[in-house]
Amino acid sequence: MSLSKRIIICLDVRDGQVTKGIKFKGNVDLGDPVEYAKKYYEQGVDELVFYDITASAEKRGIFLDVVQRVAAEIFIPFSVGGGIRDLDTMRAVLLAGAEKVSVNSPAVRTPEIIKQGAEAFGAQCVVLGMDAKRVEVSEAIPSGYEVVIDGGRTPMGMDAVEWAQEAEALGAGEICLNAIDTDGVRDGYELNITRKVADAVSIPVIASGGGGTPQHLIDAVTTGGAEAALIASMVHYGDYTVDSIKKDMRAAGVLVR
Amino acid sequence: MKIAILDYAAGNVTSVLRAIQHLGYDADITPGPQEVTAADKVIFPGVGAAASCMRELQARGLDQALHDVAAAGTPLLGICVGMQLLFEHSEEDGGVDCVGLFEGSVKKFDLDDKTLKVPHMGWNAVTFADDVLGKEIPDQSHFYFVHSYYCAPKDKAFHLAGATHGHEFCAGVRKDNVAAVQFHPEKSGPVGLQLLKNFLESP
Repeated sequence: MSLSKRIIICLDVRDGQVTKGIKFKGNVDLGDPVEYAKKYYEQGVDELVFYDITASAEKRGIFLDVVQRVAAEIFIPFSVGGGIRDLDTMRAVLLAGAEKVSVNSPAVRTPEIIKQGAEAFGAQCVVLGMDAKRVEVSEAIPSGYEVVIDGGRTPMGMDAVEWAQEAEALGAGEICLNAIDTDGVRDGYELNITRKVADAVSIPVIASGGGGTPQHLIDAVTTGGAEAALIASMVHYGDYTVDSIKKDMRAAGVLVR
Repeated sequence: MKIAILDYAAGNVTSVLRAIQHLGYDADITPGPQEVTAADKVIFPGVGAAASCMRELQARGLDQALHDVAAAGTPLLGICVGMQLLFEHSEEDGGVDCVGLFEGSVKKFDLDDKTLKVPHMGWNAVTFADDVLGKEIPDQSHFYFVHSYYCAPKDKAFHLAGATHGHEFCAGVRKDNVAAVQFHPEKSGPVGLQLLKNFLESP
């Protein structure tokens, strides 16, 4: 036996509520994050990610309160992303009970933040969140996948594979690789870039963006070379449960908890 | 029952406290050696690097307190770095002398299979020896690990639990009242809570 592949569920939290963006309708609130966390914990999820999509700093307290309440109810690792800008914002969520922090756009602008976080809290704490978009292969982007930030709005002219390697060298403990092209479409993960990044670094890679069926997760951790797959809507709307996904993964020969 | 959790500025000890509270107990997170030696049960958690952890332990007199707890027969549970520091020596940070309740040393994973990641991070299957800590936990249950170094006890008789990452390694030790595990029971879901419950309920 060895390490099992992980299923990670992502919960977007706004003003203390789990929320989900629906095309042309904006965001709808789904309910209390603590209740969602407990439900998925009981279903056997391996890890959770809470993403703070509250833009305003004054609402930060509500989110930290959510983190604290979650930490008192579930006893598996969970990470926090969104609004992580510096050591102080990292410390605040770790003290509130998160196991890891996920840092995305601020790490692209100031890569030093990865190093500082790893030195202060340990490399296992710092997850690099990366959004990658397919582009023409060029000298600057040899992998054909470009790093984008600000939720996909700002292309950075950086190669996704090279950024992953740089982040590893700076001390990132994991990379959560979100493919912008497949995100929210539920038509399968971007296996090509997932494999490229997984082969280029020695830290675990989490596939994100596109998970819609158990087969997609199986593909991500086999063909894609990922250690974990991130999912959201496929369980939020009740189409699948963690148990049902794991059953299919097990049947395909994937080692799961 | 007085439960003491050692506080030596090593990582997030509050997650251990939350798990204990969830089980209906309470505990003191304490940096004081007197509170530790006076407790009925002692938990020695840890996340971090060996050298800085040992420095903090020594600065607070907690290394001696751990020896006193062991000698007094008080049940002691080390977790993760708290397990590693109970050995004589660690390879980490260029070599660090540790507390020394267990004979043996702590070594870095050096794996031939380069597809295996170090740190060993995630859920792995654990086999327990016959021990009260493994009570009501099914064989090969998965526990959550995060570590780059593993303990190599001199005497296999002290093995409490084992797991495999490239090769078999010692995931838990026991000598009389002193036990320790490499994984994080406080982050290992229902089986992890069961292990903590077993520790708290055992005499």
